[in-house]
Amino acid sequence: MAEILKRNKALAVNPLKASQPVGASLAFLGINKAIPMLHGSQGCTAFGKVFFVRHFREPIPLQTTAMDQVSTVMSADENVILGLKAVCEKSKPALIGLPTTGLSETQGTDIKRLVKDFYAAHPEFAHIPVVPVNTPDFTGCLESGYALAVKATLEVMLPQKSNEVGKRKKQVNVLAGSFLTPGDVEHIKELVEAFGLRPLVLPDIGDSLDGHLTEMESSPLTVGGTPVNDIASMGESIATLVLGNSMYDAADLLKAQTQVPDFRFDSLMGLEAVDAFVSALAEISAKPVPEKIERQRAQLQDAMVDSHFMLGFARVAIAADPDMLYGYARLVTEMGCEVVAAVAPARANILQDVNAAQVGIGDLEDLEIAAKRGGAQLVISNSHAVETSRRLGVPLLRAGFPQYDLIGGYQRLWVGYRGTRQTLFDLANMLVEHGHHEPAAYVSIYAQRTGEGYAASAPHKTH
Amino acid sequence: MQAKDIAELLNEPACAHNKKEKSGCARPKPGATAGGCSFDGAQIALLPIADVAHIVHGPIACAGSSWDNRGTRSSGPTLYRIGMTTDLTEQDVIMGRGEKRLFHAIKQAVDSYSPKAVFVYNTCVPALTGDDIGAVCKAAAEKTGVPVVPVDCAGFYGTKNLGNRIAGEAMFKYVVGTGEPLPVPAELQRPGITVHDVNLIGEYNIAGEFWNVAPLFDELGLRILCTLSGDARFHEVQTMHRAEASMVVCAKALLNIARKLQTDHKVPFFEGSFYGVTDTSNAFRDFAKLLNDPSLTERTEAMIAREEAKINAELDPWRERLRGKRVLLYTGGVKSWSIVSALQDLGMDVVATGTSKSTEEDKARIREIMGDKTKMITDGSPKALLGVVKEYQADILIAGGRNMYTALKARIPFLDINQEREFGYEGYSGMVELARQLALTIQSPVWPSVRKPAPWAKSNVPGVELGA
Repeated sequence: MAEILKRNKALAVNPLKASQPVGASLAFLGINKAIPMLHGSQGCTAFGKVFFVRHFREPIPLQTTAMDQVSTVMSADENVILGLKAVCEKSKPALIGLPTTGLSETQGTDIKRLVKDFYAAHPEFAHIPVVPVNTPDFTGCLESGYALAVKATLEVMLPQKSNEVGKRKKQVNVLAGSFLTPGDVEHIKELVEAFGLRPLVLPDIGDSLDGHLTEMESSPLTVGGTPVNDIASMGESIATLVLGNSMYDAADLLKAQTQVPDFRFDSLMGLEAVDAFVSALAEISAKPVPEKIERQRAQLQDAMVDSHFMLGFARVAIAADPDMLYGYARLVTEMGCEVVAAVAPARANILQDVNAAQVGIGDLEDLEIAAKRGGAQLVISNSHAVETSRRLGVPLLRAGFPQYDLIGGYQRLWVGYRGTRQTLFDLANMLVEHGHHEPAAYVSIYAQRTGEGYAASAPHKTH
Repeated sequence: MQAKDIAELLNEPACAHNKKEKSGCARPKPGATAGGCSFDGAQIALLPIADVAHIVHGPIACAGSSWDNRGTRSSGPTLYRIGMTTDLTEQDVIMGRGEKRLFHAIKQAVDSYSPKAVFVYNTCVPALTGDDIGAVCKAAAEKTGVPVVPVDCAGFYGTKNLGNRIAGEAMFKYVVGTGEPLPVPAELQRPGITVHDVNLIGEYNIAGEFWNVAPLFDELGLRILCTLSGDARFHEVQTMHRAEASMVVCAKALLNIARKLQTDHKVPFFEGSFYGVTDTSNAFRDFAKLLNDPSLTERTEAMIAREEAKINAELDPWRERLRGKRVLLYTGGVKSWSIVSALQDLGMDVVATGTSKSTEEDKARIREIMGDKTKMITDGSPKALLGVVKEYQADILIAGGRNMYTALKARIPFLDINQEREFGYEGYSGMVELARQLALTIQSPVWPSVRKPAPWAKSNVPGVELGA
């Protein structure tokens, strides 16, 4: 059990954290023909938009209630009503996500009441679901904001308890956590389909943010994602797969409302974690594991054997949101690595299970200090850690948000046997390229090799 | 910041359109608003000052999604690239511990990073809870012995543009005039050349582009006391009042500081741009004119003749490739005309330009440069932009990074012109880079490939058919 170190300094230096409203927006971006509108100042939205545009290299629909000085001081309730009306009229969305921000929360907005007020004032838009969610940026992080938005979506879309489990015999719900990339979601769907099941993924950023050219040239709403009408049918599925500890709250709600049995997974990286997932699929479908997947498993095993020479005893530093931190720490320790520095931006239940002696709640400065102390040979974190790893003189494996200096980082496959295998290859290659374990050249004092200066022997890097 | 202070900032006598209704008065429309806030604008204007610790006072959203994302470059210190925020928690907000945390945060920044100064950017939440950042900064400066400058720029005060002004105001109020420039060392004096001290205001050294131009200043004996704020140092900002002339580079928003330097310190200024051969030459001519030094004028003309001849020879092969290509330009304010000059230098045809952020003066310049035929676009929505591209058969969209994927999704060549870009286009040599990047995208072989339907497809060609 990891010891959790509280934040103990006034200033956050090189922040690791992305905010809850940004996380909530990401979840809504995984719903088809949807648009998130942040209840805050226009900057909250502008920053979030740039953040996602640079990461996904996609146009990102995101609106704002545009609180200004007058509405901040007097009341911004009208902004919400007007904003919802404007978006409904202009874009005819299938769903509007309405996350709050630090500004509107400090002001004390009652966002759920405002949605009721909106429907009362504009019954003509009663058919468009609006999902309000409290996501101030002074608590939590991207992961918790995302999870809150998924839960809020279920609350709005599944208002009544139902008991129609298995009415759709092949449908399996997938609550996809924020640690999954579009590439991951795509692969998970393939795995589910390989067992003859139909995955209903919420939210499905694999369909909306995977980066594909469409015939449609522009859209003010998301293109792709979970169809809104499907969400209401989640109660008719035969099972729910819950991916990521952060999604357990949403899963509890889904289960309570629908009675659909669920299978929960904290990670989908590494042999053991993927085995559990694949076993669950076999159990749900009552079908044997397809040969293709067996083969992928065998390939991973081979990669594990091949790469254990490089990864054994390797000292790794990881900074990421809680679920992701847990997943990478588990993967690398299963390969014989040691996690010498682990930092998460905010608290979460899963942190105590991270395979490291200590987990710090903090920033990239904390990571850097711990990594230096622990002699880390490799860093796993987002693009902000480029300078960190440069100063440490070790390679960086980019994972999480944001990745603005890596083409295609957003779609990389990490999970499953296939994703794990590639990750192991990459980790091993980085260590080989950067780490030299040879002793420095030694020239005997008795050696009489004229013409060979000491300077000629290349300095060896040692770690 | 109080409403009357904001109104005061929106009043800019140096702007020709100042008598018109202030754009800041129009309240942003909920559900239909784009663009950044005052904090965004203030941070953009000051962050490039390289040896300063920039602390964002607020919960995580403000710094968390914005730190370390700008293309501005420093030739020395990299402190400005270290993201710093008080990362306020719920407890801080409820218990009113923001001020205390800020004070300790400033102390921590000084202890760990020994900055030349600390800038504190106020954001929405502490502005709403009423943190007195001015008082905290004052107390922290006394305690640490390092200048601590409050920049009161909460997002809800208004637009990005207002934030620029707030930043300029903060510099003028707390920094300019608090230091003196060092004398020019004797060994750097050259016979026949009088060294003149100048300022550049609104030059951000994106992708290091100002370094294309900087050597020419040295050659002419123009010592740049300060660029506000690309590759600047805190001490340089302190000395701006000693300049003999200022140039406002592509930025109406920082006009307030140029105007105040003129009224309070008798530093004359002019507005110009380093984009394009013509504008670059004009900028140097304007300096010579303001400084009123016959020798400088003469040397400036000689330098211009030499540089223009050189660059024209280099540009000729590119002009062959770009001549007659049709451009849709969608960008803010001054760039709506300053880039035009550069594009015309390359023989390109600007068929439409965005004016939603332009001033009346900017629009007049556009008409002057491009004639009445040019379409002025005010609706910047993706759909509207793509409509104009089609209607005017543009070969390329030039706009800010936010619109990049609008263009690419519609299979249209694109050039990024805003702060996040990775290439510098200023000065004579920057023109070659600009031409290269334009040709690279316009003539890329990917366009026909992505516009072609799959061999087995029955439907029509997706995307826009353009004269490629």
